[in-house]
Amino acid sequence: MTTGELHPPVGKSDHIQGSANASITLLEYGDFECSSCGVAYPIVKSIQQQLGDKLRFVFRQFPLSEAHPHAQHAAEVAEAAAAQGSFWEMHDLLYENQEQLSDRDLVRYAGETGIDTSAAEHLLEDGTYTDTVRQQFMTGVRSGVNGTPTFFLNGIRYDGEWNDETEFLRALNDAARSGG
Amino acid sequence: MAESNIRTDAETILDAGTPAPDFALNSTPDQKLSLKELRGKPVVLAFYPADWSPVCGDELALFNEVLPEIHKYGAELIGISVDGAWCHSAFTSTRKLHFPLLSDFEPKGAVSRLYGAYRETDGCSQRALFVIDAGGIIRWSYLSPVGVNPGADGILDALESLSATEGQDATQPAPQHVHASESAEVRS
Repeated sequence: MTTGELHPPVGKSDHIQGSANASITLLEYGDFECSSCGVAYPIVKSIQQQLGDKLRFVFRQFPLSEAHPHAQHAAEVAEAAAAQGSFWEMHDLLYENQEQLSDRDLVRYAGETGIDTSAAEHLLEDGTYTDTVRQQFMTGVRSGVNGTPTFFLNGIRYDGEWNDETEFLRALNDAARSGG
Repeated sequence: MAESNIRTDAETILDAGTPAPDFALNSTPDQKLSLKELRGKPVVLAFYPADWSPVCGDELALFNEVLPEIHKYGAELIGISVDGAWCHSAFTSTRKLHFPLLSDFEPKGAVSRLYGAYRETDGCSQRALFVIDAGGIIRWSYLSPVGVNPGADGILDALESLSATEGQDATQPAPQHVHASESAEVRS
């Protein structure tokens, strides 16, 4: 396997926003407690708005749980939300409240996205989604993710600037032209 | 001049097939760890420039997370930099690292030099990775640009192919570059 190549490719089990026919697939490996991911969050939103149907956005979990004590549980709550079809609502809530990610906060967000709060408490205690999150993490490790956020454009790791929106957009448009 | 230094550095890290030079360095202010003690299992050596610097922090944080997968191959992970043992112990507890960091502190950088992983221009270790097999032979090495976190995929790929090779060792002769005495030692 070539380093910097996404493996496995985007599939049915992924969290996907946008059309499968989009000419650009942007995938992020992210950690809900990582401040750089917090910086990337509005940039990705803005890019999604600008590219519209041309872009499909995918998110995979990459919590650095030893460095970020709340990251693992935040990822698990997001997976629980995904099981109910509200992953993106939870994704946004978590990034918009990065300073408040204690278990109590997470259970509250679960309630806000329609998950029974006592069920949310239990799934964190039982580690119901621990393996799901770890599997996503390991696909990142094997694809050459070396920190968060790491982006892949049409399956190839993007090592350029993402915090410069103009530059990022240019790279995305280039990927669309060469791949689409 | 700087350019030639960089090129020299890049050319000097020890290659696959080379016996890994032994060493004993402090893992805590009052304990030493030698490479020889780890014979019989694969060892991952991660040389890195400095505790606390952002890229190293991310690199070691990532390795820390991947530790269970490294252990699945029966391997041990060791970090090495020129920082002192007290610095390492503060860094380890702050970052909750679960693997030893060795101090290549006195004489400064001596072990890093043995592996060709010392950066004279900055006086610290290179960002270099080595996967050593159970018999003490380097099976994979990789030098990363100093500002780039190498990730853990190369290490896991190397450990994976190592465990595949070792599975065949029972029926196949040892690789040519392994000295007979060393391979005997592994299997004893």
